[in-house]
Formats: sequence, C-alpha cells, structure tokens
Amino acid sequence: MSQMRGKSSIVFEKAPYLLGWSSIVAQKEGEGPLGDLFDEVIEDPFFGEETWEMAEGHFMRQAAMLAIKKAGLAKEEIRYAFAGDLLEQNTATSYGLKELEIPLFGLFGACSTAGESLSLASMMVAAGYATHALATASSHIGSAEKQFRFPLEYGNQRPQSATWTVTGSGAFIVSREKGPVKITGITTGKIVDYGMKDPMNMGACMAPAAAQVIYQHFQDYGKEPKDYDAIYTGDLGEVGKDILIRLLKENGYDISEVHGDCGLEIYENETQDTHSGGSGCACSAVVLASMLMRRLISGYWKKILFVPTGALMSKTSFNEGESVCGIAHAVLLEREEA
Amino acid sequence: MEYVKAFFVGGLICVIVQIFMDHTKLQPGRIMVLLVISGVLLGALGIYEKIEAFAGCGATVPLSGFGFSLWKGMKEAVDQHGFLGLFEGGFTAAAVGTSAALIFSYLASLIFQPKMKQ
Amino acid sequence: MRHEPTKQEYSQMVEEMTPKHNSLLNCIRAFFVGGAFCLLGEMIKQTMMKVFDISKKDALLYVTIELVLLSVILTGFNLYGKITKFGGAGGLVPITGFANSVASPAIEYQKEGQVFGIGVKIFTIAGPVILYGIFSAFLAGICYFLGTQWGWIG
Repeated sequence: MSQMRGKSSIVFEKAPYLLGWSSIVAQKEGEGPLGDLFDEVIEDPFFGEETWEMAEGHFMRQAAMLAIKKAGLAKEEIRYAFAGDLLEQNTATSYGLKELEIPLFGLFGACSTAGESLSLASMMVAAGYATHALATASSHIGSAEKQFRFPLEYGNQRPQSATWTVTGSGAFIVSREKGPVKITGITTGKIVDYGMKDPMNMGACMAPAAAQVIYQHFQDYGKEPKDYDAIYTGDLGEVGKDILIRLLKENGYDISEVHGDCGLEIYENETQDTHSGGSGCACSAVVLASMLMRRLISGYWKKILFVPTGALMSKTSFNEGESVCGIAHAVLLEREEA
Repeated sequence: MEYVKAFFVGGLICVIVQIFMDHTKLQPGRIMVLLVISGVLLGALGIYEKIEAFAGCGATVPLSGFGFSLWKGMKEAVDQHGFLGLFEGGFTAAAVGTSAALIFSYLASLIFQPKMKQ
Repeated sequence: MRHEPTKQEYSQMVEEMTPKHNSLLNCIRAFFVGGAFCLLGEMIKQTMMKVFDISKKDALLYVTIELVLLSVILTGFNLYGKITKFGGAGGLVPITGFANSVASPAIEYQKEGQVFGIGVKIFTIAGPVILYGIFSAFLAGICYFLGTQWGWIG
C-alpha cells in the first residue's frame, strides 16, 4: 500500500521510533517554567568558546552526543545526521558537528528546522536507508541578534509582538529499534507568503504557514482537531497563536482546545521580559525534547502533532524590501503502547 | 531656568520622536538619519538657531543638534572659503562628535567583551 | 486552504490582533530620560563656562565629548541598552544614543578582527548618520553658496 497520503503527507508503514533525545539550554531558559525538565542548563553563554557562533555549535554538539548516549548508541552507529540552525551558511551546524564525523545533510528551514530534520530522518529510517539517524537544530540569542538585528549592547525598544531567541539545542535519535514514542507520519509544508514585512512580528509572518500545513494535514489524513491530544506549533508567540486559531476557524477547524505553542511554554513572559515568547530553531526542539516527550511517555497524551514554524528571510531580503514568508512542517508523534 | 528649559525642550524632542517611532515601526537607524537631516534642514531655515537660543543643550544634545552644528559648520566654511567650504564644512563640524565616538568606542572594544542579552 | 484572506485583509487582521506599545507611558519615559540627558549636558556646559571660563562654542564641544564618553562606558558595562529599553527615544535621540550605536558594534564585532570586524562594523549604524548628515549639509551648503553668489542671501 502506498505510504503517500493526500497531497503532501506520509503515513509510515513501519513507523520509526524516537530512541533518544536531549535538550541543552542556557541560563535564561533554565530559569523558565520548563527549567527542571531540560537535560542540561549551561550557565556560560559562550559555553567555553570564543564566539557566539562557536558557542551555538557547541550547544548542538553537546545535545547530539547526549541524545546518542541516551539512546544507548555510539556515534559510529548513527548513519545520517539532519541538522540546521539560523545562521548564514549553517555556521553552527558545520562547526558544531564536524567532530562527530557523522554523514551530514545540512538543512535550512529557519525555526522550522526541528520539524524538517525529524521529517527527513524518519523518512530515511522508514525507507530502510538507515537504522539510526540524528535530527537536531540549534539557535543562540547572541549569534541570532548579531546576524538579524543589532549588536547585543545596542539599545532599542522591542515591540510587544517581538520574540526572544532561545539559546540551546535539541537532538533526537530516530531509529528502527523500538522506543517509547514513534513518528507515524509527516505533513510537509509549502512556503506561504501573506505579504507581512514586519520582522518584529514573526508570529504574524509564520501563522499562515502553520495554518496551511495543519489544514493540509487534516485534509490528507481525514482527521479533525479532536482526534489529537495536542497540536503544538513552534514559535508563534501570543500574537501568532491567536491568528493561527482564527485562520483555521475560518476554514472549519477549531483547534483552540488542543493547541499549544512551544514559544509560550519556555519562558514566563511577564517576569522574564520576553514579550511574545520564545523563538529560534532551538525553541521547538528543546520543548519537544523536554515537556512534550515527557507527556507522551507518561501517557498524559497519546498522539500529538508537532508543527515547528519558520520565517524564511535574510537581512538582505529585508533590506531589499521583500516580505517575510513562512514555512511549517508537521510531525505526527504517537506513544508506543507497551 | 536654563536647566528647566534644557530638560523640557530636550524631553519634548524625544517625545515627538517616540510618537513617530510607535506609529511607523521605523528602525532606530532610520530614525537617527531622519533626525540629523531634519537638524540640518531646520538649521538652514534658521529655525533651529532660535530653539537653541531658548533651550541650550535641550537643542544641542539631541541628534538633531548634531545636524544643526553640521549646518553651522557648513555655513562658516562657505563664508570663509566659498566653493571649497562645501567640501570642508561638514567634516569640520562633525569632527568632535564623530572622533570622540570613534576613539572612545575603539578603546572600549579593547577593554570590554561582548555580553549576553538579559 | 479553502478560505484564504487577501494580503490586504490579512494585514488588517494582524493590525487588529497585535497589541500596541503603551504609547502614553512610552512618551512619558522618553520625556524624562531624554530630558535628563539634555539637563546633564546643560550642567556640563554651565560648569565649563563658569568654572573653567571656556567660551560657549568650546563648552558645547566638551559637552559632546563627555556625554559620548559616558555613553561608551555605559555601553561597555551593558547598561546603555537598559536605558534605551526603558526610555525608548529618550535613549536613542541624544548624542549618547549615537555613541551607543558606535560602541556596541565595536565591542560586539571585535571577534571578527581589527579591520573587517571592528573597522567595518563600527559604522553599521553610525555610518548612515554621518553620510546623510554630511550630504544634507552639503546640499544646504550649495543652496547657501549659490544664494550668496547671486545675492539672494546676505
């Protein structure tokens, strides 16, 4: 039977498992509501490195090594790595993972990278091209601010709709060997552009992409929001969350009961002064690897749709007056009944 | 009294810019450019001179004051050197502010390390 | 999707759903922070003129130098960003905001080297200010120059 479903989804015949996962974050994230759930909280924002870029790479390497260890594997047993970050030419990924010597597919999906890497790793494993594959993504507020906004010492006022880049990395080992959670399918998002130009309102730039891929998922699978215990988007924040719910409502799906956003879980927005919530590739990755995985394993949830969201833009495209388009990738995660 | 005037006018200029910022979403870099240009323009029209006479540092400390001093420098240079002054005045007037910023900032880069955003 | 808003409808919807800065509070803060910098400038100016018997023109230059120095030091200790975050335009508009925009990339980009790091990036935000300041003064100067030549002015 074909594993292709509908227009842009896959239902895996032999669903691959998540065998190991890890979340490494910096101090601010450690002080947030999920602080106790992360595997490691690194206090030195440079992580012993000289620059923000190398620090981010170190976060990714650390997360990858820990996930491999937690899966009970050696790095030589990982056949492929799918990894990406926010920086130009995937700087953090290239320098962070080079020591691991795992065959690498470098990805760019902006903040949706966690979904993109999990999608590709699970396809690879389900197709029989790998027994174990690594999927990871990282971000760092130092390198991200420096690249996309201003030097960190520069003073400016962030609007209420702005988000805070998560510093850290989440990593997952996707495997044919049985684990507690399996990836039963994916829906791949397309680029969605509603003409938004405000990079300080990323939620509004990405919400249409999230709405599109969730809508497509329901269509392809013939499901309804109530068929899921939770639908978690990546980093839409307060503003984007409201917009997403409204866009889907207008299309006949009410997800308000089951929707959550990783960016809204990671910080205490009021006291931590993070405005509209967390963002960055690491945001969805570390929330999945901590809170969401825990709830799946404990049986609190049985089936969730994980939808990291990304804003496809660069400083150049912004300066040239182009709009900020969005993309999102849905990954269907189910608890493996013992 | 000079102190009150400086505080009040300086504060007022900032309020005008704040309203502008909140309503246009312009990035700070563009705001600064606009301020300097408007300082030059108001200087050339003879308006800024009056504000300065009234408010002292309330008019010269904002970046528009930097623009005003650029205009003043330009005018003096043109008066003295004619055509050549056109290429002289700007940098002469901007010299102290720009040099101070560049020199101190360079020294700061030798002393301070980048820090994490909190 | 079945039902998609047009770009215009969407931008209207976003506008409605995005919370605004509290503009009145922002303005009050900007007033006091910006006013304070100007007051400090005026105090330096008066002190220079009265205590050190310096001409007004030179006193103003000292004001610039001292405020710039203050701002660079605050930037180095990562404090100026907090002032602007609180005071908004009050931190951005005074000459101290200009100095902050020069010092912050100098500190941040030192890792990328003396020439292409500090040397190039130090002008990231200040460069446009200097360019357009000089250029607009040049244009105004041309008008003035032609005006005096042809006897329209003076």
